[in-house]
Amino acid sequence: MRFYEYESKALFARHGLPLGEHRVATSADEARAAATAIGGPVVMKSQVLSGGRMKAGAVKFADTADEAASLFQPIMDAVVSGQTGRSVLVESKSPVAQEYFLSVTWDGRRKQPVLLFSDMGGIDIEEVAETHPEHLSRTHFSTLLPITPRIAKEAVGAVGVTGGALNRITPIATELMRLFLEYDLTLAEINPLARLEDGRFVVLDGHVDMEAEARGRHKKLLAELGVQEEETRQARPPTDFEIRGRQVNEADHRGVAGNVVEFDGDLGLVIGAGGGSLTLFDAVRKHGGKPANYCEIGGNPSVGKACELTKLILGKPGVEKIAVMMNVVSNTRVDIVARGVIKGCIESGKDPKDVIAIFRIPGAWEDEGFKILAKHGVDYCDRSVSMYEAAGRAVAKMG
Amino acid sequence: MSILITKETNFIVQGITGREAVNLTRENLDYGATIVGGVTPGRAGRDVYGVPVYDCVRDVVAQHGPVEGSIVSVPPGFTKDAVFEALENGIRIIVVVTENIPRKDVAQMVELARMRDARIIGPNCLGIISPDEAKMGGVGGPAANTRQAYTKGPVGIMSRSGGMTTEIASTLTAAGLGQSTCVSIGGDAIVGTTYAELMPLFEADAETKAIAIYSEPGGRMEAELADWIREHDSRLPVVAFMAGRFMDEMRGMRFGHAGTIVEGKEDTAAEKIERLRSAGIDVAERIEEIPDLVRKRMAERS
Repeated sequence: MRFYEYESKALFARHGLPLGEHRVATSADEARAAATAIGGPVVMKSQVLSGGRMKAGAVKFADTADEAASLFQPIMDAVVSGQTGRSVLVESKSPVAQEYFLSVTWDGRRKQPVLLFSDMGGIDIEEVAETHPEHLSRTHFSTLLPITPRIAKEAVGAVGVTGGALNRITPIATELMRLFLEYDLTLAEINPLARLEDGRFVVLDGHVDMEAEARGRHKKLLAELGVQEEETRQARPPTDFEIRGRQVNEADHRGVAGNVVEFDGDLGLVIGAGGGSLTLFDAVRKHGGKPANYCEIGGNPSVGKACELTKLILGKPGVEKIAVMMNVVSNTRVDIVARGVIKGCIESGKDPKDVIAIFRIPGAWEDEGFKILAKHGVDYCDRSVSMYEAAGRAVAKMG
Repeated sequence: MSILITKETNFIVQGITGREAVNLTRENLDYGATIVGGVTPGRAGRDVYGVPVYDCVRDVVAQHGPVEGSIVSVPPGFTKDAVFEALENGIRIIVVVTENIPRKDVAQMVELARMRDARIIGPNCLGIISPDEAKMGGVGGPAANTRQAYTKGPVGIMSRSGGMTTEIASTLTAAGLGQSTCVSIGGDAIVGTTYAELMPLFEADAETKAIAIYSEPGGRMEAELADWIREHDSRLPVVAFMAGRFMDEMRGMRFGHAGTIVEGKEDTAAEKIERLRSAGIDVAERIEEIPDLVRKRMAERS
């Protein structure tokens, strides 16, 4: 879950990291007031959940308060990766002598957090890694031992930074590492950290991601930062269909009908589980099928849950048929899913044998399930028909 | 032979009175497992299908002697402590079933496991099965269903999806190819044991003649396996299947499992397929191609 820059900075401020004077503006008047209060030249940045703001024209500079007011709307309107701004961060602009890069993230291979440090901040770090690897250090650290400054000191020193800079950056990096673990972050990045011409060190831009699974532990922080519970902060905001999918899942604790994602095709998918859904979605597309949605059923959903999910998908405009498919199931009962989807078809005013293009869920209680499907004339198959073939049978029935 | 567990491996179930844990206790007992006890704080004195329940792992050990393994099926907020408890009581193989555990907790469990010379499988996994030998976890479901899908033989399976572990085993079984040990390694961004970390164990297992893996976009686990294969002169041919190819166009969206998200170029299905192939690993286009590819590669090496 990504934080806006102003939220990242609010978190940094709570931990004493050095920031330039800044204000959030939601109107041209507020931008003018912010620039007046800060005094002198300011930088104005659109608050969007994406990088690449400078290129998109979502970052601009103003020398006067009037200029700040007039730049407000163009910055808000600048489109960055499909998003426009939620607000504009107005921040004092001071001459910079040197920029540094600091980032803490997870290394899944080492299974440890890693502190990345470079004295070539402000530019794309991937580029630094390729062209100047000696200017980028990677320092792994323990999640069990206390975080002490020596780890950051080694990381900073590893690229040749010494003197006053070493001693000024070390506590900042140390605090960033602590923050990373304390708030279950998956990314805590400062890029750039600037040494100003007057010698001060200031965090110019920050990017924080919190692990979605840990949101429950940090409710207090999130409330204080103003992050609403329904904000998913994914790559794109959820659609109405997706929100209703989530409601179907939450209405009944039995089993899972999760991760309903909207696509624009005509074949509805009632598929599962995690890996099975990925495999089946690929298979449908490979056969030239156009999925109307993605989802993951599993964990033995109730008749009611399978029914409601079926109704949701059949009710989506443009959906002509559904394919009900899973890998060989272990803890999901085939008969219960069969009953649920048939009920969902009937309650949608459709004949199950017309709208269920294929039912391929082999495994526990399959004989009972197949009996129910046969009774309604639904086309079904067992594990002797592969997931790929089942997807092909469904796609072949589409117009 | 098999890897990780044998017929003789005794284990406990932590969180044994939970709904899912009750089911998997039944399924494991039916498959022949030796479950010496279960743990749920405050429920000491009860039993689950004849397995005595204790408040602490320490009490199970005091009553029954050393315990080799544990299946941990407790809510995500309590999982780290349950794993620590298992580790500090001498348990050396821990299957973590629980989903939705934040990465920090997983990293801490893994770090302590390394210090204690123990191994974690999962989290977010269905466990381990060596067909006709032993099973530890929910993999395969009820014993009768498990016997239908899994048969003894030469192929080792490693999978980031519990369900697809069974789909692949069932496909191999239908083609007359049994399995040595199948490991559902878990779908999270950090897992206790990766493909590459299991390879030396399969390598040392005389019964295993080939490996089949199920993989997904996200993470560096496939790159790590490709490196391992390149660096070791492995006797085992590896056949892979890559799901989630559609995700390459959908950066930043999570599908399938917690660890299945394309964040960088190296996370994509296309990049992983390329890496696996360049290390000499066959990548099947469909699950049903796996048996023939495995047979062909085994024939070449024998």
